[in-house]
Amino acid sequence: MHPIISVSNVTKKYASGLVALNGVSLDIERGEIFALLGPNGAGKTTLIGIICGIVNASGGTVAVDGHGIGKDYRAARSLIGLVPQELATDTFETVWNTVSFSRGLFGLPPSPAHIAKVLKDLSLLDRRNSKILTLSGGMKRRVMIAKALAHEPQILFLDEPTAGVDVELRKSMWDLIRQLNASGVTIILTTHYIEEAEEMAGRIGVINKGEIVVVEEKAELIRKLGRKQLTLDLQKRLDAIPEGLDGHPLALAADGRQLIYTYDSKSERTGIASLLKDLSEAGIRFKDLSTQQSSLEDIFVGLVSQK
Amino acid sequence: MNWRGVLAIYGFEMARWRRTLMQSVVSPVISTSLYFVVFGSAIGSRIDSIDGVNYGAFIVPGLIMLTLLTNSIANASFGIYFPRFIGTVYEILSAPVSPFEIVLGYVGAAATKSVILGLIILATAGFFVPLQIAHPFWMLLFLVLTAVTFSLFGFLIGIWADNFEKLQAIPLLVITPLTFLGGSFYSIGVLPPFWRKVTLFNPVVYLISGFRWSFYNIADVSVALSLGMTAVFLAICAFLVWRVFKTGYRLKT
Ligand SMILES: Nc1ncnc2c1ncn2[C@@H]1O[C@H](COP(=O)(O)OP(=O)(O)OP(=O)(O)O)[C@@H](O)[C@H]1O
Ligand SMILES: [Mg+2]
Repeated sequence: MHPIISVSNVTKKYASGLVALNGVSLDIERGEIFALLGPNGAGKTTLIGIICGIVNASGGTVAVDGHGIGKDYRAARSLIGLVPQELATDTFETVWNTVSFSRGLFGLPPSPAHIAKVLKDLSLLDRRNSKILTLSGGMKRRVMIAKALAHEPQILFLDEPTAGVDVELRKSMWDLIRQLNASGVTIILTTHYIEEAEEMAGRIGVINKGEIVVVEEKAELIRKLGRKQLTLDLQKRLDAIPEGLDGHPLALAADGRQLIYTYDSKSERTGIASLLKDLSEAGIRFKDLSTQQSSLEDIFVGLVSQK
Repeated sequence: MNWRGVLAIYGFEMARWRRTLMQSVVSPVISTSLYFVVFGSAIGSRIDSIDGVNYGAFIVPGLIMLTLLTNSIANASFGIYFPRFIGTVYEILSAPVSPFEIVLGYVGAAATKSVILGLIILATAGFFVPLQIAHPFWMLLFLVLTAVTFSLFGFLIGIWADNFEKLQAIPLLVITPLTFLGGSFYSIGVLPPFWRKVTLFNPVVYLISGFRWSFYNIADVSVALSLGMTAVFLAICAFLVWRVFKTGYRLKT
């Protein structure tokens, strides 16, 4: 089956001359949850804008379920629901009307049942007759999600959907997104909360300075790029790392009761054997040892700072 | 055609209008009534008639045009400028609606409001002066054509403007003077020959002249020319709107 979104060699140069995207190619698989990560200004919103028809690409092509976004924009856009990063809602409209408007805009017949369901899922049903003006920021963001879901899209873009949403609601929002995904909706999200991506996404793409740095299965990414840490619980407290151990990337922790050794789990030689040998030669004994895989956040910081 | 999409935009714009119905309708009606009191009664009592038409009645078509032009522009320019300003335009741009459908929704709604307003003012005028409409069909045609043309023009302004000053500037600095100088309150036949020639460069002259002809069978320029010029202006605006969408000018980045 071909990918549901196929981005190929897309570039974007803004009128200011700034190159926001520099030859981005990316395939989104049908039915997956894809997290696009990258620091501020990396080009995430620009890329989403191009796919959804808000930003004109300077070069390259995008196809949504085989429909080119240029000629075949109707078919392409009909499949997509977009929740943009910036809060932008009508002011004097009611929640119900603004969500119904979105459905009409996409050419679908009215469906009060569907609108009511979407509002209920987003805990907005009891506010359906409120003017948007009277809602809190987090509620407005949920209204924007409701608008994006009004036309029953097959693909949902969420550009930092949980910014400004409280912890409890964030959880229920992710539940809803999982539920949507389970019903077959492909999800593409950006977030600065890496634990969110780690928890939600199947695949992760990292973009930096307009270029895709890596696209990988989440687990694979962690395995491949993951650095591991070996923690040694010492029998005797150390004030400093003994001279004989200078050659190893070691750090003291827990007030000198732990030694932490960082290594690359991919490499042929992890250096653990020689470390243990040097430790015993220096007369350092340990009670226990453990290893940890580094988190996505560590990987992410590592990737972005390499550039 | 995504008719439901068109209808959604159209309905949204009309709902916005209904929310502010008092300002939208009452204020033009009051200002028109004032025109009748001041121009029609105070000045009209001294002018008695132009080309055999009572002065108060003579200015009705010009007054309706004045309201039609300013309101078409104001409605359509605000209609598209505001979503750009607050950012909700993202939804229109990412929806499966064609540029033509977007324009149909916005411009259709703006023109509808203007035509309704024009008819309300016509009815108001009926209270003050004896009205006569010689060619009702042509009267409506001029009304609708002008409303559509200037709604398109307003749409362009709403896309071009990047602040509220610019949004106000064109109607205030260009349209109002052109309307006043375009023979709203007089026949351009009363001008000295030189100024009459200058006036012929004012597109509003053709609109008012044709419109007045549909009421009283009197015109400053030939009716065919009036209709032709309106059509030309309509075509120019339509072309520019088409270019805007073709290039994404100020709508897409
Ligand atoms: N309309 C615009 N005109 C000029 N430059 C722009 C415009 N929009 C974005 N940019 C620039 O393009 C680059 C990418 O911006 P973009 O919004 O895509 O980043 P992002 O990855 O979404 O960042 P964030 O995490 O802060 O949302 C930035 O350098 C930004 O300044
Ligand atoms: Mg962004």
